[in-house]
Amino acid sequence: MRRILEGSRAVAEFVALCRPKVVCAYPITPQTHIVEDLARMLADGRLDAGYVLADSEFTAASVVLGASATGARAYTATSSQGLLLMTEVMFNIAGMRLPVVMTVANRAVSAPINIWNDQQDSMSLRDCGWIQMYAEDVQEAGDMHIQAFEIAERLNIPVMVCMDGYILTHATETVDVPGPEQVDSYLPPFEPRFYLTPDDPITLGSMAGPDAYMEIRMLLHQAMQKASQAIVDSAARFAGEFGRFRGDLVEGYRDSDAEVLLVSMGSLLGTMKEVVDELRDEGHPVGIIKVRTVRPFPRNQLHEALHNARVVGVVEKDISLGLEGILCSEIRSAFCGASLTPNISSFVVGLGGRDVRKRDIRKIALGLLSDDTCRVEMTGVDHEVLWSAHQIED
Amino acid sequence: MVPLIKEIRIHGRGGQGNVTASEFLAEAAFTDGLYAQAFPMFGSERHGAPVTAYVRISDAPIRLRSQVYEPDYLIVQDASLFTGDDLLDGLKDGGLVVINTEQPPSEFDVPDRYRAVTVPATQLALEIVGKPIINTIMVGAFAGASGEIRLDALEKSVRERYPGELGEKEIIAMRRAFEDTRSVLS
Repeated sequence: MRRILEGSRAVAEFVALCRPKVVCAYPITPQTHIVEDLARMLADGRLDAGYVLADSEFTAASVVLGASATGARAYTATSSQGLLLMTEVMFNIAGMRLPVVMTVANRAVSAPINIWNDQQDSMSLRDCGWIQMYAEDVQEAGDMHIQAFEIAERLNIPVMVCMDGYILTHATETVDVPGPEQVDSYLPPFEPRFYLTPDDPITLGSMAGPDAYMEIRMLLHQAMQKASQAIVDSAARFAGEFGRFRGDLVEGYRDSDAEVLLVSMGSLLGTMKEVVDELRDEGHPVGIIKVRTVRPFPRNQLHEALHNARVVGVVEKDISLGLEGILCSEIRSAFCGASLTPNISSFVVGLGGRDVRKRDIRKIALGLLSDDTCRVEMTGVDHEVLWSAHQIED
Repeated sequence: MVPLIKEIRIHGRGGQGNVTASEFLAEAAFTDGLYAQAFPMFGSERHGAPVTAYVRISDAPIRLRSQVYEPDYLIVQDASLFTGDDLLDGLKDGGLVVINTEQPPSEFDVPDRYRAVTVPATQLALEIVGKPIINTIMVGAFAGASGEIRLDALEKSVRERYPGELGEKEIIAMRRAFEDTRSVLS
């Protein structure tokens, strides 16, 4: 049914449709509305789950780890510092192959303290062994949760659904909320391959020494690589059942004959599509590649999508300080050993909630059309402020 | 066909229901079969601090996610925020400003290329609702003055969110503001 809902509320509705058995979270802006709404649904009798209000994100992650280990479908959500505080447990959840699903309401990381959106939080945890997917709008964020539980439980790999804080979590927009029968048919009850029970004791997360640890890591790595196909299948099956397809690993927009391709993820894509339509009307050969899945990293698909372009600009809301945008470095790796490589530049935008306007994207695209030199830029920075700060530092 | 998109910027202070006002407008547009997007730009939430909220209404899905820089309409929930150019920044020529005040529009420095309507929302709220809840009155005034939103659709949203006596009182006040601003511009 088509409804108009705040992004967080929409996500709570979709998560409830997935019938989690345990929800555990600690509130942090801008994630809070999601877990508040789930708590409300529980109180109203619309959700049949155990709800644990944790005393920290570390506890929240630990509770969903334990719940998932007993074979329960488990869900949590967090942001920013909250996610970083979960880090140790995140590696454990992945290492124990527990299919937890988490929403990350993407927010900047302190210091300076900042509650607004960028993607530094989840991008900093890209190596913890979780599948990572980024939603472009509220509809996709909702749909992605249904797919996430299905993928996680099929592969025994946890999934992080990343949605831009405020820009999506606090945006009220039109969203098609499926009926419970439809979701139930796509996502059957969780049937764990293994679980903790006194009837048949097993050990999870036991010690593995130098003789075994490396093989276990290799198995995890292989499972993650194989997840690419599962994500493709899941998106195709979702399209068949729900009539919506928003890409699987990567998705092109007006990209087939583009000389300049802009690459991005998350809510930036909407504004970018507006700009690309305008540039196309003006005759500029510009297109977009959306990265929907960051882990497993779709190296082959990105190579295929980008190799015919003359210039690639990776536009993202995170930075590996001292290097460049994180996604940009990873995209360069897709061209390792290739004889023909587009000129790839990194554009870091929108940190700490700095608004990304159409004119910012336009400037990046037109800049790449006229000068294809590889470069690393922070777009939208006030250079006068930087200049003053440099005077003080010197 | 180029989609028709209308942009609204709401200026208020924390606690005045600015975000809810933006949601009422988006919900009402949705009720009328349009696409809508509403979102806030918070400082850290504090009562009394300036808050801005945005609404886009279109006949096609809305992809743009930046803040609203060139609004068609401004809703000013607290006249003390009206400091002239800053508030009017980017308003399209012919754009409409709806201000919560007991003063007439002539008391505000609004250039001739814009239209201004004032509505004594706080006074109406105290008189009819008995509480200084102004956001429903302001969206009613906006609907009357702009013609962009149907009153019935707004009433539906208000009723869903505030069922019962309080909501009904708010709707009476909202209707009054709607009628008053509609007659001002016609």
